[in-house]
Amino acid sequence: MTTMKTKIKVATYSELPTGIGQLALVEDEEIVLFKLTNGDVRAIENKSPHPKGGTLTDGLISGNFVYCPVYDIKISLIDGNVQAPDKGLVKVYQVFIEGNDIYLEL
Amino acid sequence: MAKKLVMIGNGMAGIRTIEEILKINRNLYEITIFGKEPHPNYNRIQLSTVLQGDTTINDIILNDLAWYEENGIQLYTGEEVIQINPERKVVISDIGRETPYDELILATGSVPFILPIPGADKHGVTGFRDIQDCETMIETSKKYKKAVVIGGGLLGLEAARGLLNLGMEVDVVHLLEHLMEKQLDETASKMLEKELAAQGMNFLMKTETAEIIGSERVEGIRFKDGSETKADLVVMAVGIVPNVRLAKDGGLYVNRGIVVDDYMQTSIPGVYAVGECAEHREITYGLVAPLYEQGKVLAEHICGIPTKRYEGSVTGTQLKVSDVDLYSAGEIFEDNTTKAVKVHNEFDGIYKKVLIRDNRIVGIVLYGNTSDSSRLYRMMIKQEDIQSMTNFAFLQAEGGNAENNDVASMPDDELVCGCNGVTKGTIVEAIKTQGLTSVAEVGGCTNAGRSCGRCKPLISNILEYTLGDEFDKTAPKETLCTCTTLSRDEVVAEIREKGLTNVKEVMNVLGWKQEEGCTKCRPALNYYLGMIYPEYKDDRDSRLVNEKMHANIQKDGTYTVVPRMYGGVTNAEDLKKIAEVAEKYNVPLLKLTGGQRIALMGIKKDELPDIWEELGMPSGYAYGKTLRTVKTCVGAKFCRYGTQDSMGLGIELEKRFERLDTPHKVKMGVSACPRNCAESGIKDVGIVGIDGGWEIYVGGNGGTDLKAADLLTTVKTEEEVYTLVGAYLQYYRETAAYLERTSKWLERVGLEHVKEVLSDKSFVKDLNERINKTLERYSEPWKDAIEDKEIRDRYYTTRKVTLPIQ
Repeated sequence: MTTMKTKIKVATYSELPTGIGQLALVEDEEIVLFKLTNGDVRAIENKSPHPKGGTLTDGLISGNFVYCPVYDIKISLIDGNVQAPDKGLVKVYQVFIEGNDIYLEL
Repeated sequence: MAKKLVMIGNGMAGIRTIEEILKINRNLYEITIFGKEPHPNYNRIQLSTVLQGDTTINDIILNDLAWYEENGIQLYTGEEVIQINPERKVVISDIGRETPYDELILATGSVPFILPIPGADKHGVTGFRDIQDCETMIETSKKYKKAVVIGGGLLGLEAARGLLNLGMEVDVVHLLEHLMEKQLDETASKMLEKELAAQGMNFLMKTETAEIIGSERVEGIRFKDGSETKADLVVMAVGIVPNVRLAKDGGLYVNRGIVVDDYMQTSIPGVYAVGECAEHREITYGLVAPLYEQGKVLAEHICGIPTKRYEGSVTGTQLKVSDVDLYSAGEIFEDNTTKAVKVHNEFDGIYKKVLIRDNRIVGIVLYGNTSDSSRLYRMMIKQEDIQSMTNFAFLQAEGGNAENNDVASMPDDELVCGCNGVTKGTIVEAIKTQGLTSVAEVGGCTNAGRSCGRCKPLISNILEYTLGDEFDKTAPKETLCTCTTLSRDEVVAEIREKGLTNVKEVMNVLGWKQEEGCTKCRPALNYYLGMIYPEYKDDRDSRLVNEKMHANIQKDGTYTVVPRMYGGVTNAEDLKKIAEVAEKYNVPLLKLTGGQRIALMGIKKDELPDIWEELGMPSGYAYGKTLRTVKTCVGAKFCRYGTQDSMGLGIELEKRFERLDTPHKVKMGVSACPRNCAESGIKDVGIVGIDGGWEIYVGGNGGTDLKAADLLTTVKTEEEVYTLVGAYLQYYRETAAYLERTSKWLERVGLEHVKEVLSDKSFVKDLNERINKTLERYSEPWKDAIEDKEIRDRYYTTRKVTLPIQ
């Protein structure tokens, strides 16, 4: 079995809406893409680190952060770190923008 | 260039010192703080309230992260300093970070004393000192049943109370014969034990722990006398010891604590210690009041301004254990040179003892009622001669000493906040000179009430006394959220004044600290803008998940769909439709809701538009801060008791006001007679039909704060009902804070006030015009999603990506 990382095209930059998470289903992996106000694209796993679980797609976005829609914890889209006073870590994916194509490293 | 100040420890004493420094000169130091815990400074005294379930961790934060940022403080949380090097003047953290300093403050606090007995290192043995310990106890209580607390002092009893609240059985083991023997005499201690036993604690007195037994996890405790008890959790609350390891390794002179002089300087110049870790004149303090005194002296000293020496503290302990008020100061036990004055009222559970030597008070113990504490304490500190007093106020019956509780008769130098050493005079002056109007503001300026919080009612009385009629107890200045320093009213005024038209503009123009806001301010601003401008274009992405998606999110990320069912009335066709959709989409659960309709639960997000389309019904807004439902009874159409057509009126109300944005959800009920089958008495607006008319009730709540509605007025016709309800809703929309339910709002503004407003016919007309104009802007959200591809793509689509075959 090989664990080499591959780059997958997941979306088209111009078609990706700003200010709202977009859910991408890559095989069985649920990944949320966020196009931020500054134009950056970020990608994180669609799983809240809250002990009770939950999803992140529909959370409110502010700058480089998303707020978990169910438990309101604040998560950095840059490193996946949950902001104090809560704690936890969300998996983040490396995003590459080439021309108009958005790739993730998986 | 600013000198470098490093502080190790991020707790109450240390941060208070920093606050004092910033007050003196905020540009003097470049400040770096290391905190081992992953939290900003919180109120450790209030940890027990978190454990007991009364507050959350967020509620006890004293200085949030924004405070550190605003004051330019570099804070490293979750990072422990492991080495001090006084020669090179650097500290080194556990991730290898080297930070140089010019001045260093050690505020490392203390650590729970763990009995050195076999098994003390097993899983399930914890102290009770920080948030982590709290969380451990809360987690454990979910899986296990039996807890043992070792130590019958304040901390142990608070832990025990918390564990009881968490549903555990609790044994309290105490080495001595009496609980809290350092603060209470035998009588008070016995009263406390009896009270706590009645609350469910099981006491093992005069019992010494020998060993903790179990394999990896604690299973039980063995005592010196050979007896055993089962234990799934052991809380060690036998005491605390100053946390001095780091200081010792760094070569500082350490006895029990880090030894400091009267300016809090340690044996090494430039290195200071403050708080529970410091030992001053052979005393280490564990109460917050002396620690704050130390902080003040240190701050003045370190800023180079003249300061009084710290000469130690005499303190009274004001405590609350499981709802029992306790107070003790000075000496506790009688000897042959003291005379005691005692009151022991077993019936009311009150005990008071004052110890007198040479006509002066030398000790106070109060149980059950501590209202005399500050007066007696002052007499003790001032060593007042009490010979001339013929009668002690505390000997009087309850209520008979009103004069002493009167703020007016309090001397200016009387302590109001014992924790922070704030007198009445200081508070009154701050109120007058700084225009303070709320308890929170007084806290912000003087620190009064910011620690244990027990003096807050007294501060409120002082505000009332100082401000007279201007004082409005119910309107504390609260900022909208941490993104701004403006209150709700100020934000609304700014929007109107500056003509701001969208959320982004408001945040830009009013200088939001977090540029794009947070989950508190964004939905609120969106609401206020929509309230001010009838033709406002909704900022959907500023709404929270349910309103944004027009469905209720569930914990697994699926959604619930609740179609509108006006007045709770349906028909065979609609029921068939719901059944068909439920079958076709394998809807996991169909549930009748509390608002008389049917919920389809467990629906995947990308199926929502299809389901809405097949149902062909409007959204029931079961998710919105808006009119939810109008619950109705059968009424005159079928019911033999009904006096009015409740269903008809309810359906019309629901049709008129559905979709309207309101500060919080609004529920209505219409009953056709006073039997009130539609529960009109606990609705935001409840209508009750009577012979020849309708009663309108307002401000009821069936939720968290159960409250019966008040009668607003009685009217004759349906048309009057619509007009009054319209005006009432609009007045609520215009004056309430976002997320303030009508019951709370009505309590705040007063029923009489609202009655007065609604008796003004032309104002009622204006209100109705504004609400009707606003209602025009709404369209059916489910229909919009079905018809508008852009909405569908943006909110309800999952992109499926297939991996290329390799």
